[in-house]
Amino acid sequence: MTPSVRFRLNGAVTEIDADPERSLLDVLRSRLGMTGSHFGCGAGECGACNVIVGDQAVQSCDTPLWSVAEKDVTTVEGLGTSERPHPLQRAFIAEQALQCGYCASGILMSAAALLKRNPSPTSRDVREALDRNLCRCGSHNRIVKAVLRAATEMAPK
Amino acid sequence: MNRKASDPFSEKLPISLESNPRLSSWLSFSTAGEVFVSSGKVEIGQGIVTALAQIAADELDVDLSRVQMVRASTSVSPNEGATSGSLSIQQSGRALRHACAEVRRIFLRQAAARLGVDVDALEVQDGTIKGPGNVATSYWELAEDVSLERNATPGANPKDATLRRLAGNSIQRVDIPDKVFAEPRFIHDRTFSGMLHGRVLRPEKLRAKLLGELNEDGARAVSGLVVIVRDGSFSGVVSETEHGAEDALDALRKSATWSDGEPLPDDDDLATFLKTQPSESTVIDTKIAASPGTAARTVRRQYTRPYIAHASIAPSCAIAQWHGDRVHVWTHSQGVYLLRADLALVLKLPVANITVEHMEGAGCYGHNAADDVALDAVLLAKAAAGRPVRVQWSREAEMADAPFGAAMTIEIEAGLDSQGEIVNWKHAIWSNGHVARPGRAPQPALLAAFELADPFPRMISTNPPQVNGGGGDRNAIPLYDLPSWSIESHRLTTMPIRTSALRTLGAQGNVFAIESFLDELAAERGEDPVDFRLRYLRDGRARDVIRAVAKRAKWKPAKRPGIGHGIGFARYKNTGAYCAAIAEIEGTENITVRKLTLAVDVGEAINPDGVINQIEGGAIQATSWVLKERVRFDRQRITSTSWTEYPILRFSEVPDVEVEVIRRPEMDPLGAGEAAHGPVTAAIANAVFDALGVRVRHLPLTRDQIMAAMGPT
Repeated sequence: MTPSVRFRLNGAVTEIDADPERSLLDVLRSRLGMTGSHFGCGAGECGACNVIVGDQAVQSCDTPLWSVAEKDVTTVEGLGTSERPHPLQRAFIAEQALQCGYCASGILMSAAALLKRNPSPTSRDVREALDRNLCRCGSHNRIVKAVLRAATEMAPK
Repeated sequence: MNRKASDPFSEKLPISLESNPRLSSWLSFSTAGEVFVSSGKVEIGQGIVTALAQIAADELDVDLSRVQMVRASTSVSPNEGATSGSLSIQQSGRALRHACAEVRRIFLRQAAARLGVDVDALEVQDGTIKGPGNVATSYWELAEDVSLERNATPGANPKDATLRRLAGNSIQRVDIPDKVFAEPRFIHDRTFSGMLHGRVLRPEKLRAKLLGELNEDGARAVSGLVVIVRDGSFSGVVSETEHGAEDALDALRKSATWSDGEPLPDDDDLATFLKTQPSESTVIDTKIAASPGTAARTVRRQYTRPYIAHASIAPSCAIAQWHGDRVHVWTHSQGVYLLRADLALVLKLPVANITVEHMEGAGCYGHNAADDVALDAVLLAKAAAGRPVRVQWSREAEMADAPFGAAMTIEIEAGLDSQGEIVNWKHAIWSNGHVARPGRAPQPALLAAFELADPFPRMISTNPPQVNGGGGDRNAIPLYDLPSWSIESHRLTTMPIRTSALRTLGAQGNVFAIESFLDELAAERGEDPVDFRLRYLRDGRARDVIRAVAKRAKWKPAKRPGIGHGIGFARYKNTGAYCAAIAEIEGTENITVRKLTLAVDVGEAINPDGVINQIEGGAIQATSWVLKERVRFDRQRITSTSWTEYPILRFSEVPDVEVEVIRRPEMDPLGAGEAAHGPVTAAIANAVFDALGVRVRHLPLTRDQIMAAMGPT
């Protein structure tokens, strides 16, 4: 019998029977039907699969399932919805901050983690926080603008 | 009347419409108030579906929200070849504009008859057709009475540019909300009932052959295994789960024995390799001076560019499902009909048995592995008893087995008179062909087809003719008014490293060479490089983008230590968008690009923000190519198979980019996707010279290449 691992996924307690060595990304996509986190390299080098564990953005493709036991995992599906968008999602639309968009969900999660720990980042802070996320289309500057826009929107008035 | 009397569109049909004249293949109306618009062009992150929706909504006078863009499929869409060459607006956009103008007219005639009013007295507001005295009907009411099963005819006059309400405006892209809310829009995220997962085994050594029998025991022991497929050197596994397919493939790999591969060239001396291979030589163009000047001296320079990977962020993916002798394929290919033609060749089936349907993938930037993986899926699915099989390549395969942009060696030689003015010009290119796309030859271009027990010969890349923009010779003919020239292309007839279309084909290399060379001549004369270019350019639109970029970048900023500025210019394919770029760089050995300023003329900009997004993205991607990118290999295998070994530009390294779009709403629209790469490449190289006083003629402009150009110290 496979052991079960329990964690909170987007706020909901989730218990899953799976090999604890399997990657969080594989479990999210194949077992839980959450396809917002994307496979890019499988080696933690591109950030397309980034999710938030606790308050850190991590590459879910090389995060084993056991390591998130009893922790909070937030994926792009938990960030916001079209009815209740996260300010980052609104800002990405307002700035038209992507081309193909395959990297966007991972970048949104890195950015969300940044804004949690630093609600008023500079442009340089944003670039540093996103430096492990790759974008091939060249949407970087729009993405940085979108993150700064979201930070402004989220700032207490 | 609000329509142009002598519209250039009216005399003959736009090319895509001429090949697909059936109006119903472009659009249809529902009684519920929607317009379904079909195009043969596909979304690859460039925003094309939004721009096409704008054109259709504008011409039909309907709200944009009524337009439903139908994904391209061989079962319903017009056949528009590949989504390539920055031609989607030019081809699909024009065709759609014309088709919509004609369909609008057809509906107005029907409305006039029904309402008993003169057709010229009618107007359309969001699909409602209104006439004098408050009489009204609508596209939706008339949808069932109007047949679009008829061919387009010349003479339908699209709206005058001044009357367009949507085209020309920065409308938000229709696909972006799905992508930020993680709605499954990508093929990678789609699942079908009963879907299986496949993985394909490929050798590390290029073109190695799979020897002997595979020991299948290890793979069979993996839970969920459905079938192991073997056909010559092609083999793969199908499993109930993706994880199971990966594990089974690992087990199979351990049991595989491969022959040696075929030898690869020395990646540190590509110039020698390219210039010594058997090749087919073509004179691309010659210009003979009416009164030839006398050359006092000759300057000759050689430039190289390496193989460059498409390096999509997503590994290629496809899904296939067989129903008897028919197969349905879901793909992110750039050309559904072209892929279908190749699948038919491999499967020895009529095209009618094959349906190829597009689903979005990540940006591909040309011919990557999208088509290859589709054949992989079809071959594996054939053994899966009618269940859909999804196949995804690994990162390593994406970086090693997909076609690359071809390496190039370019030599330019100019005769200069005693004042240093150009009297003659020779440009020669040594390179593999830049295109081996599927669907255009009597043999398939798909990887697995070369690996089967009864294999097809490996396709050697070719170059499209200049009239279609050329391949390795793209942008080799100067736009400058030089008195004479001779342009020659030497296309290799061997191909140890697989090449096919990468964004701009040869234009990036050729523009880099021409613009570096001109910069060098200007510097020798002590002439400002902007002034020098303007003296040799009569084309008004070319002069305008150069002057615009110079003004915007405050050319030429005062000299500061360690900082350099350079300019580059091209008109893409000599028939497409005009683009000039100025780069500001910093550094001595390791170069940082601080700022790129660009001016672009795409004629009518359907979606100006979309144009800016494409130019910005192109400029940043080109910066990545120039500073970092080079496919690496040893004598048997590609070694740059991860992001560590094939680094691309990161957020902290991305320059500021400022783009000015010159407004020309009255001119034909031109694609923007490939305009920036050549000019930006040259601008950075010229800025390096400005900063360091050293000409680096070999891409990428890494520390090693710069040190080598500086010579022994």
